[in-house]
Amino acid sequence: MPALLDIQGLSVALPKGSDRPLAVEDTWLRVDHGEIVCIIGESGSGKSITANAVMNLLPRPHVYPVAGRILFEGVDLLTQSPEAMRDFRGRRAGMIFQEPMTALNPLMRVGDQLKEVFDSHNALTRKERELRVVSLFREVGLPDPETIGAQYPFRLSGGQRQRVVIAIALALEPSLLISDEPTTALDVTTQAQILKLIRELQLKKGMGVMFITHDFGVVAEIADRIAVMQNGRIVEQGEAPQILNSPQHDYTKRLLAAVPSLTPPPPRKLPSGAPVLEVIGLDKTYRSGGAFFRSARVVQAVRNVSLHLSPGETLGLVGESGSGKSTLGRCIARLESIGRGQIRLNGNDLTRLSGAPLRRVRRMLQMVFQDPFASLNPRHTVGRTLAEGQVVHGVSWSDAMARAHELMLLVGLEAHALNRYPHEFSGGQRQRICIARAIALDPVVLIADEPVSSLDVSVQEQMLTLLKDLRQRFGLSMIFITHDLRVAAQIADRIAVMRLGEIVEEAPTSELFRSSKHDYTRDLLAAVPGRRRNLRG
Amino acid sequence: MVDNGTDIQKGILDGASSFFSLFRRNIGATIGLFILTIVILIAIFGPLLFPNDPWAMVTRPFLKPFSEARHLLGSDLLGRDILTGIVYGTRVSLLIGAASTFAAILIGVVIGAIAGYFGKWIDDSLMRFTEFFQTIPSFLFAIVLVAILQPSFATICSAIAIVSWPPVARLVRGEVLSLRSREFVLAAIVTGQSSWRIITRQVLPNTLSPIIVTASMMVASAILLEGGLSFLGLGDPNIMSWGFMVGAGRTVIRQAWWISFFAGLAIMLTVLAFNLVGEGLNDALNPRHTREGR
Repeated sequence: MPALLDIQGLSVALPKGSDRPLAVEDTWLRVDHGEIVCIIGESGSGKSITANAVMNLLPRPHVYPVAGRILFEGVDLLTQSPEAMRDFRGRRAGMIFQEPMTALNPLMRVGDQLKEVFDSHNALTRKERELRVVSLFREVGLPDPETIGAQYPFRLSGGQRQRVVIAIALALEPSLLISDEPTTALDVTTQAQILKLIRELQLKKGMGVMFITHDFGVVAEIADRIAVMQNGRIVEQGEAPQILNSPQHDYTKRLLAAVPSLTPPPPRKLPSGAPVLEVIGLDKTYRSGGAFFRSARVVQAVRNVSLHLSPGETLGLVGESGSGKSTLGRCIARLESIGRGQIRLNGNDLTRLSGAPLRRVRRMLQMVFQDPFASLNPRHTVGRTLAEGQVVHGVSWSDAMARAHELMLLVGLEAHALNRYPHEFSGGQRQRICIARAIALDPVVLIADEPVSSLDVSVQEQMLTLLKDLRQRFGLSMIFITHDLRVAAQIADRIAVMRLGEIVEEAPTSELFRSSKHDYTRDLLAAVPGRRRNLRG
Repeated sequence: MVDNGTDIQKGILDGASSFFSLFRRNIGATIGLFILTIVILIAIFGPLLFPNDPWAMVTRPFLKPFSEARHLLGSDLLGRDILTGIVYGTRVSLLIGAASTFAAILIGVVIGAIAGYFGKWIDDSLMRFTEFFQTIPSFLFAIVLVAILQPSFATICSAIAIVSWPPVARLVRGEVLSLRSREFVLAAIVTGQSSWRIITRQVLPNTLSPIIVTASMMVASAILLEGGLSFLGLGDPNIMSWGFMVGAGRTVIRQAWWISFFAGLAIMLTVLAFNLVGEGLNDALNPRHTREGR
């Protein structure tokens, strides 16, 4: 019997002028009934292109297959007519996308979106469809399957939306399911549930699953077999335990080694002294949608938060999306107005300052943001970006540029790159520039808001090393905001866990990982992917 | 979202060569640029080639076009040379177009940037103020302004500027609003830069491309507005403009079509050229837009 999906020597061309001629090069991959094959690789490795090639969703004519075959139960998909492919998609193969927010039509009830699948494939009668929709919603574990179909996507949470997307993918009982980073946009606890769901459904229906991800933790949770992709080539593939425990290829070894361990390093010795930063009873409330005759929607993003930061210490602020951790960081940096409470930096109450005095104090408290692409002014050279902040604090241009020169070397970039514009740098390099900009003002406190979340694991590891090095060298105190407990374990001396705007638990890192007191912290820890198989546990 | 930022940067920063290659890809824009170049050359050098006063009566009235080499486009009802009039009118139209657009952009950028950057009640009140201007039909408003202020070059320019700044304000406000929450602006705030410095150095330069595109289209509509005002006899009585010529020929259009026709043609070609160039700029400065179409 032929394999469910057999990719034989597939090569996909990229448009002229790309960084390499082929997105995917001579790729051989098999997916059989009843197994989950994970394709793991960093951004730009060609893993999504491979998945899209199977579904014939490549952005033609710029990206197109140039060699090889994609056999589905023995039939080459690359030679099929568009009509045949349309029928293949949905009926024989379903697909789940990364972003549950955009994978659903916001103006259509979710039940109708599911029925559309039957519509476009002329399956089932109207009556049968109604019943099938309810049973599918029940199958993917949505609450109130009888009535939830009448809801619009915005009423559902991210996890629920992803369940709807899965229901749509499975509507016609395809024998192949392609999942392209289906849990990347979700919180860890939700991610754990969705992974479990995919696994259960796959077992029940005996589907073959092609699962694309960049996260070794997720791979360890779900994979039967693993293929590792680098620069368009599969460098290693094999059974999951074998790859996870004894990888052969250097690249696989490097990727695995870059996954941060959940075991915190031994505690650092910190200089004693009065706290550099104290936050006392901070409240932040958002009002939105209020106008002349309507009352505003009120969201309490931060509730009565108190924390302190000792000299040289790194406080990890962890929590899921919507927990208020980023808002708290921005409040401390005075980027948001504050409802109630005090922020004391070296004894000065920041909340009382405004205008020029506040601008002078800002020097001491710098910030690094999550998105290295949005964090740099596209029209300024890197040199100007690094010098600008110093100049407003009275440094001359020439001195500021000299310092920018030093800073570039300090963060591991070449100094002659000062004259270049941000778009000439990779994400990791840009994040280094952002760090250099923050360090340029000799701050006392650095607030890092998810600084490594948008980076590939190997780059992430380098960035953490850089931050550790810098905090040691300059005696920086740091608030490190992250959703990733693995990262927090590696960099934080102390961790505060946030939920719904409150700090529910705060403890030294090793203590928190050894014996967490709050249920929510334990839930978070249990949901970290890869923990079960002891992936760098 | 992330990629869009880099695309725009690439489009702008990869230098003049990629800009021109994107621009040239648009045939309409190339034609527009060609016409515009001729129009500008006429505006600069035309009066040297036609030293006569456009108001001077140089030949017999109602001279048909192409009948006399010295008065190629014929003469009007007072025997003034039409070609000379059009040549001098070019200068007037371009000057009024440029000056009023410059003034409108200035007002629009200032109001839009302040509204978008500071938000809250400042935004609310400035935008209500802007909407107040938008509710009045712009041509009628311009007529009223010119009629009250006495027609002259300066009042015509101000009237056109006053009726055409609101769209600029709204455009700039929107752009600033979205840039305001970008992380590089937050980073500038955190490094202690003042709001004025952030607006002028970080935010406004990033709104430049849509402003340039709008400006080129606005010059076109300013020329049209001026033509309309002059047609109604509300132009500066001391300057020969295209709109005046169309208006002057209006009463005799059955006997002497050419008096209105050539001036009207000049207006049409110039306005068309500015619009074509505007669209070309739009494609060249917003590569994301073009890339989808390619």
